[in-house]
Amino acid sequence: MTALVVAEHDNAALNPATLNAIAAAQAIGGDVDVLVAGSGSQPVADAAAQVAGVRKVLHADAAHYGHALAENLAPLVVSLAEPYEHILAAATTTGKNVMPRVAALLDCAQISDIIGVESSDTFIRPIYAGNVIATVKSADAKKVITVRTTAFDPVAASGGSGAVEAAASADDAGLSEFVGEELTKSDRPELTAADIIVSGGRGVGSSENFAVIEALADKLGAAVGASRAAVDAGYVPNDYQVGQTGKVVAPNLYVAVGISGAIQHLAGMKDSKVIVAINKDEEAPIFGVADYGLVGDLFKEVPAMVEALDK
Amino acid sequence: MKILVAVKRAIDYNVKARPKADGSAVDLANVKMSMNPFDEIAVEEAIRIQEAGNASETIAVSIGPKQCQETLRTAMAMGVDRGILVETDEEIQPLAAAKVLKAVIEKEQPELVLLGKQAIDDDSNQTGQMLAALLGWPQGTFACGVALADGGLEVRREIDGGIQTVKLKLPAVVTSDLRLNEPRYVKLPNIMKAKKKPLDTLTVDELGVDVTPRLTLLKAAEPPARQGGIKVPDVATLVDKLRNEAKVI
Ligand SMILES: Cc1cc2nc3c(=O)[nH]c(=O)nc-3n(C[C@H](O)[C@H](O)[C@H](O)COP(=O)(O)OP(=O)(O)OC[C@H]3O[C@@H](n4cnc5c(N)ncnc54)[C@H](O)[C@@H]3O)c2cc1C
Repeated sequence: MTALVVAEHDNAALNPATLNAIAAAQAIGGDVDVLVAGSGSQPVADAAAQVAGVRKVLHADAAHYGHALAENLAPLVVSLAEPYEHILAAATTTGKNVMPRVAALLDCAQISDIIGVESSDTFIRPIYAGNVIATVKSADAKKVITVRTTAFDPVAASGGSGAVEAAASADDAGLSEFVGEELTKSDRPELTAADIIVSGGRGVGSSENFAVIEALADKLGAAVGASRAAVDAGYVPNDYQVGQTGKVVAPNLYVAVGISGAIQHLAGMKDSKVIVAINKDEEAPIFGVADYGLVGDLFKEVPAMVEALDK
Repeated sequence: MKILVAVKRAIDYNVKARPKADGSAVDLANVKMSMNPFDEIAVEEAIRIQEAGNASETIAVSIGPKQCQETLRTAMAMGVDRGILVETDEEIQPLAAAKVLKAVIEKEQPELVLLGKQAIDDDSNQTGQMLAALLGWPQGTFACGVALADGGLEVRREIDGGIQTVKLKLPAVVTSDLRLNEPRYVKLPNIMKAKKKPLDTLTVDELGVDVTPRLTLLKAAEPPARQGGIKVPDVATLVDKLRNEAKVI
């Protein structure tokens, strides 16, 4: 039994989410190979070969793999799929975009967003915004899987000694083209990798007011997140959204400020180790999942907390 | 350009789903059902493209039991020209849905197919991508902007790091994210008008599609409940608890 993990990267560095996907592949058992498809992506292939437990790295390098376009990446994965029973990727926006295309080309179901492995054909995944935990068994010969990164501890990025093998490139499908990217720049930790997250909701009221949230985040060395309402209102960029249809996070500490706690938001953060809620409405549902709840006005309590942390 | 939009009847987003007591399935008895919210956004986008004079016809397709007629009527009340129900009482998993949609698309020959990025019941986030694969079409997933541009389509996509823009050839599949648009409210006169719009019914057999489920649900369980927490009276207590009790800062 061998698994292929499709690596995610920016042609320079391996995205740490890949280490969680490799961990899930190892939980299934058997050998694990990694596919690095990119453009000028040798450093990524070399890094993937260093990952603990990786048998070998298949490396396909061509201009049309530079931006992980699904139309080009999926046929490549399919062309390499033959020896593999499991094909996995992290459930990032890249994995979610590419893997169902792989699955359909192989005439297989995809098992999305797994949080556990029962056996080589049976997996656990949340459905209905995490309000139901499903155990599903696949009848397909190949299992195409995306992995919820928060559910699998990453394997070590070093200590491995996999071989790097060149993989034959497939042609450019010529269906799609990368035009550009507007990436959110921040010196704060990445949301899905952060130890501490401070999130703001509609209660924060404006983009300027988000400075209150950022001040607390900076004091704690935390990442900044948000509810859908805060993103929709334009207080913060889309990639800050935590929830059922945004990012799923599970930090050691999640501080929800001015967030009511809708099921869609809870779906993205309720596996955090410790949850703090600051909300002026003592009936807010967020208090139902909070370890520590503080009823009060965020514009008073959050600056006070920044001050208290100095003591 | 003809636009086809896929709409799923799903649990209403305000309802909290629960597993059945015996763990065999999700308990959907007497649960309020609505159009999947992401599909509403897809419908809105189709209508806006048509209102801008860039679509000759908009068609909504739903797959499922008879009650999906209501979902299609909602799409038509929003403004879609006609509906197609592929009626079945079988469980339709994403790959099967993609195959059914492909069969409908081969009949209807649209140039653009819009779907929601994910249904809020099974949270699979697969059908649009699978459909694009089966058709050999490009895909613009998680779209927050769609623009026709010199014979193709420019799609802005919500990705983990921000926004990505891709250019797709037509025909293409696009899946909507939350920020693509804000769906309109349906007005009463339009609900009346929608009742007169054509709604055709097809069956899975007529389309010749194998919809056998590939995944079997072995168990539906409650997620682990969180231990109840406490309310703290002030910030000083909160910081003290985080430092000395939870030890997370
Ligand atoms: C298809 C779909 C997908 C969705 N996906 C997501 C998702 O992924 N993530 C997500 O977050 N949501 C999602 N939602 C939206 C979700 O249903 C809620 O609408 C949203 O989470 C509400 O955000 P909020 O808590 O910031 O706003 P509100 O519910 O408006 O809550 C604001 C809170 O702030 C408090 N407040 C106001 N002023 C102050 C103050 N001065 N001090 C202290 N507290 C204050 C209020 O008491 C209130 O509790 C989705 C919805 C749909 C339909």
